[in-house]
Amino acid sequence: MASSEKATKGPASAGWAPWEDPAAVPHVRLDGVTKRFGDFTAVDNLTLNIFEGEFFSLLGPSGCGKTTILRMLAGFEAPSEGSILIAGQDVSRVPPHRRPVNMMFQSYALFPHMTVEKNIAFGLEQDGLPKDEVAQRVDDVINLVHLGQFRSRKPHQLSGGQKQRVALARSLVKRPKTLLLDEPLGALDKKLREETQFELVNIQEQVGITFIIVTHDQEEAMTMSHRIAVMDHGRIVQTSTPTDIYEAPGSRYVAEFIGDVNVFEGKVAETTPDMLRIESPEAGCPIEATPTPAQEDASHDPSGSVWVAVRPEKLSISHDKPKDAKANCMTGEVWDIGYLGSHSIFHVKLASGKMVTVAQTNRTRAQARAISWEDTVHMTWRPGDAVVLSA
Amino acid sequence: MASSGTKPEKTGQGLFARILGSRAPVIAVPYLWLLLFFLAPFLIVLVISLGDIALAIPPFTFKGGIDLENYALLTQDALYWRSYFSSMQIAGLSTIITLLVGYPIAYGMARAPVQWRAALLMLVILPFWTSFLIRVYAWIGILKKEGLLNLALESIGMIDAPLTILNTNVAVYIGIVYSYLPFMVLPLYASLEKMDRSLLEAASDLGCHPLKAFWLITVPLSLPGIIAGCFLVFIPAVGEFVIPDLLGGSETLMIGKTLWVEFFSNRDWPLSSAVAVILLLVLVIPIVLFQRHQARLAERDG
Repeated sequence: MASSEKATKGPASAGWAPWEDPAAVPHVRLDGVTKRFGDFTAVDNLTLNIFEGEFFSLLGPSGCGKTTILRMLAGFEAPSEGSILIAGQDVSRVPPHRRPVNMMFQSYALFPHMTVEKNIAFGLEQDGLPKDEVAQRVDDVINLVHLGQFRSRKPHQLSGGQKQRVALARSLVKRPKTLLLDEPLGALDKKLREETQFELVNIQEQVGITFIIVTHDQEEAMTMSHRIAVMDHGRIVQTSTPTDIYEAPGSRYVAEFIGDVNVFEGKVAETTPDMLRIESPEAGCPIEATPTPAQEDASHDPSGSVWVAVRPEKLSISHDKPKDAKANCMTGEVWDIGYLGSHSIFHVKLASGKMVTVAQTNRTRAQARAISWEDTVHMTWRPGDAVVLSA
Repeated sequence: MASSGTKPEKTGQGLFARILGSRAPVIAVPYLWLLLFFLAPFLIVLVISLGDIALAIPPFTFKGGIDLENYALLTQDALYWRSYFSSMQIAGLSTIITLLVGYPIAYGMARAPVQWRAALLMLVILPFWTSFLIRVYAWIGILKKEGLLNLALESIGMIDAPLTILNTNVAVYIGIVYSYLPFMVLPLYASLEKMDRSLLEAASDLGCHPLKAFWLITVPLSLPGIIAGCFLVFIPAVGEFVIPDLLGGSETLMIGKTLWVEFFSNRDWPLSSAVAVILLLVLVIPIVLFQRHQARLAERDG
């Protein structure tokens, strides 16, 4: 595949993946960036490339340093070490008002004494644009976020969702190449949040600028991003597409942070080119897994522990034990059932005491022999559906 | 309005319930206070101002009937309106100077680390622990010809001959600015301290230089503090008597001093009462108009 072909495809298309192309030039680059506050290291020797037109999420629990990265990109904090490049220019020492980025604040930071219109026009007025151009661009962006009827209101007269859109409009109106969003949906209620997620993606595709978003909400990151960087204690643990983060996590931390997962500790008993055999007393059955390149590393050290991660929806649950099941078949007692309409969640207790979560889609209205509390059940999965982790 | 549809007896019920309601006594306290200690004395002063001077105890009489001759005198004698005008001027300029001095102090306090703020606030209030009179007297010792200020300036060679500051209007300005500074700093601090600092970051992010952001964001948002501080300084400064009397000279004309002379030297209670009534009106009417304007603005923003 030629790199130029990829680049012309654009962010909205399926095959667009500049991060896989070694020749692609990143739009935003953090190079060995460290940020210390006194004794506390908020960001630890972090290197990161973000490409033009990408929707990039920094995901992690509070205090993992994700907001500090955003504030360094905006210029509110200077890195203690390392450099930050935006569009090829080292901006590490450039003050915020001269940086080619705009930020949408978690608190929205709308100017309370100005109307919606004035808030949005503020950035353009600082650039000394002619009045009619300011008016035109404010109109355009107000239409983009559907705020027409609220333009002469003040922030305290707006709802949370409306404020969020004003904040977005204000940061978009200067047409920055890069937009930084700090927990943009954090203050919205669940329903509004889900609607806004898709709206945000649509807007990003329309304006075609790079979005770098900070969030602690994994669902938010999964729905919106091209790529996600999962962070922990100032370091990036894994940077991948949402699918890879979910289906091929690199560590237990990532697997457990994103979605639900069952993790069984075990030891590699046998390695063949296309199969790893793992003994796990916790699971109570032999485990077979298809190794990926990353998992082969795990198998190199036969003495060390490995962890087998299986997502709840990858498990099949039934009363009957499959006849030819030598491996990947656990037996346990149903402890709890959560009926959620579209699917049910089963909590099954194994002989080892380990609790396993199984999700099963309710594909038919009534089941002949529905699984009930205290039933003995068998749970199976295919070798390719588990991930073997060494950390 | 919502009450337009309610029947008369219902309104009566509402009033009855309101008087008996638990909130009524709480609201009544400040009104009762104002009635007893502001409105009642003011009415007494107003009545005295309509009488005539008499050699009696108390030294006024209504034998000549109730008339407005004291008010007429205020317009005829240039001393009075010149005193009013001069008081306004001195109080106005002092208020501006106090604002210019107080704003950086309040700003610095609001930006200080959180653990320092309580101590800084204490330092602003600390002068109140010493009598106001003593502090003004102390300024005499500083400002007089052989005072501390002149000694200090002469010893570093900035001046050859001592400056005449005491008993001039300059000394009055110094006295007022010094005495009323805490009344400016406290409301300014209150409004600056609660300001969300991410607003300045947002302004900077949108391409606004920090100095410009101060004018466009910080100053407008501290406006309630500026207005409150200016009122708190200007109103008492207009009627100030002690400072012009102790620090001012013969050229210093302030209505508080004029009033004092009328009251204690000339023992003309009716005339000094008229001076006080006019002073109150001059101060109250602009404030009421301003408040109504503010209320209308707030209503429009609703």
